[in-house]
Amino acid sequence: MMKKFLQYAWIGMVLLFLYAPILILGIYSFTESTMIGSIRGFSLKNYITLFTTPELLQMIFGTVALAFVVAILSTILGTAGAIGTFYSKKNTEHAVELANQIPVVNADVVTGFSICILLIAFFNIEKDSFFPLVIGQMTLCTPFVYLQVMPRLQQMDQHLYEAALDLGCNTSQALMKVTLPQIWPAVLSGFMTAITLSLDDYFIATYTKPATFDTISTYVVNATKGSQTEIKTALWALSTIIFVLVVVMTIAANRLPKEEEEL
Amino acid sequence: MIPYAVFLVLFVVLPLFVIISYAFTNGNGEVSFENFIHFFQNRKTIGTLLYSTAIAVLTTVFCLLLGYPVAYILAKGEIFREHSLLFLFVLPMWINFTLRITAMKEILTFFEGNLAYHPFFNTVFCMVYDFLPFMIQPLYNALTKLDDSMMEAAQDLGANRLQVILKVVLPLSIPGIVSGITMVFLPSMTNYVVLDLVYNSTYIMGSLIGSYFSAYDWHNGSVISLVLLLIICMITFISNRLTRFEPEPETKKRRTA
Repeated sequence: MMKKFLQYAWIGMVLLFLYAPILILGIYSFTESTMIGSIRGFSLKNYITLFTTPELLQMIFGTVALAFVVAILSTILGTAGAIGTFYSKKNTEHAVELANQIPVVNADVVTGFSICILLIAFFNIEKDSFFPLVIGQMTLCTPFVYLQVMPRLQQMDQHLYEAALDLGCNTSQALMKVTLPQIWPAVLSGFMTAITLSLDDYFIATYTKPATFDTISTYVVNATKGSQTEIKTALWALSTIIFVLVVVMTIAANRLPKEEEEL
Repeated sequence: MIPYAVFLVLFVVLPLFVIISYAFTNGNGEVSFENFIHFFQNRKTIGTLLYSTAIAVLTTVFCLLLGYPVAYILAKGEIFREHSLLFLFVLPMWINFTLRITAMKEILTFFEGNLAYHPFFNTVFCMVYDFLPFMIQPLYNALTKLDDSMMEAAQDLGANRLQVILKVVLPLSIPGIVSGITMVFLPSMTNYVVLDLVYNSTYIMGSLIGSYFSAYDWHNGSVISLVLLLIICMITFISNRLTRFEPEPETKKRRTA
């Protein structure tokens, strides 16, 4: 009895710690208050500000668009890289594996800083372009795509590919029609990982982004230093919307019939 | 294969060489060690190194103390076994971390009034809040893999509950603990956004890079990157020795699909 109570209490306490701030902010986002403490009247003001301020809208759509571009490019590159490495010699495989591991364990600050120095100080690329930002986030995301696709390649039935070749497919047909369909779930989950990495990234973006462009992360960090309470409380609305979206998507994902166990 | 190899060489390997070359040269392009001497003799940089290490150690310890019981209860406790509640604990990972930290900051402001009085406490508190999910997930994975019959065998052989946990569960979950620690320790050592948000100061390793960066002092910025890289290599090496198997794909921070 006591034991059960303790277990409930511990779980409840940690859940409270994890969720209370977001939920409290969610409640306050529907009021006119600018600080936590006193609730002053129901209002949709924050949501209206959020959806009518061009600066905020640009920042949100910019972040989402960037995430999709980076994720699509990383998924193509990482999948192609994994397939190519899988069918190549052992030595090359080890070399690629090692290099692939570097951005995974490295601190994002170091990754962002080093890429920025390389592109701006070494290759003299203008910081006004989106090239450094996209490349920087791809360096972060692609290794994770590779890491998800590779095990799936190793698990799949090797004979099918050879059978396709024997039956008259050329290599690219065999890849597109036999290999790719088998690894598809891993490619998709690599894509999802890339999206979330890009959405959550602050460090690489802050070193490589053009000065006039902001992602949600860099915008929030700058906004909290300023004293514009209108923007600050509009961001409460944004975090509430993101929270609700994440909850809905998690529930949807849990409802879907599970295809095979995750890798 | 070839495009990816080229990509890796260009944007992963080459940047490291650029950092190394900047770290070992001075402003005139001559080879020198003065950047390193500067780093290790400068009170501020050494202080920052110690301060961020202290923050990272405390954050990791608190995450482990809070997270281990959660993972254990979810994986092995009688109540939640059937319907895993793990998703509730990893869900916050998907919410942008700057927004979550801002939320916690508002709460702390409500309780403390002025955040500037307890910068150290606030930073550790917010970091634990930020990184806890990344500790719980690998611990849970390790604990669910642990075979129940091991625990039952220990009990049958006369161990009491505490002994079962200390002598069977804990040692067998070491891979999960190591992976959780690497997922929390490194990011908390370099994540200067948290400190930046709760208290404007530059006491975290990452923010030193940032300050040198904005001053266009790429030589000293590179030295700090190299020092961080060395710390990362050491931790990776130690954790590989401890677990003795390939790191799982999810062995980093915020991230599994």
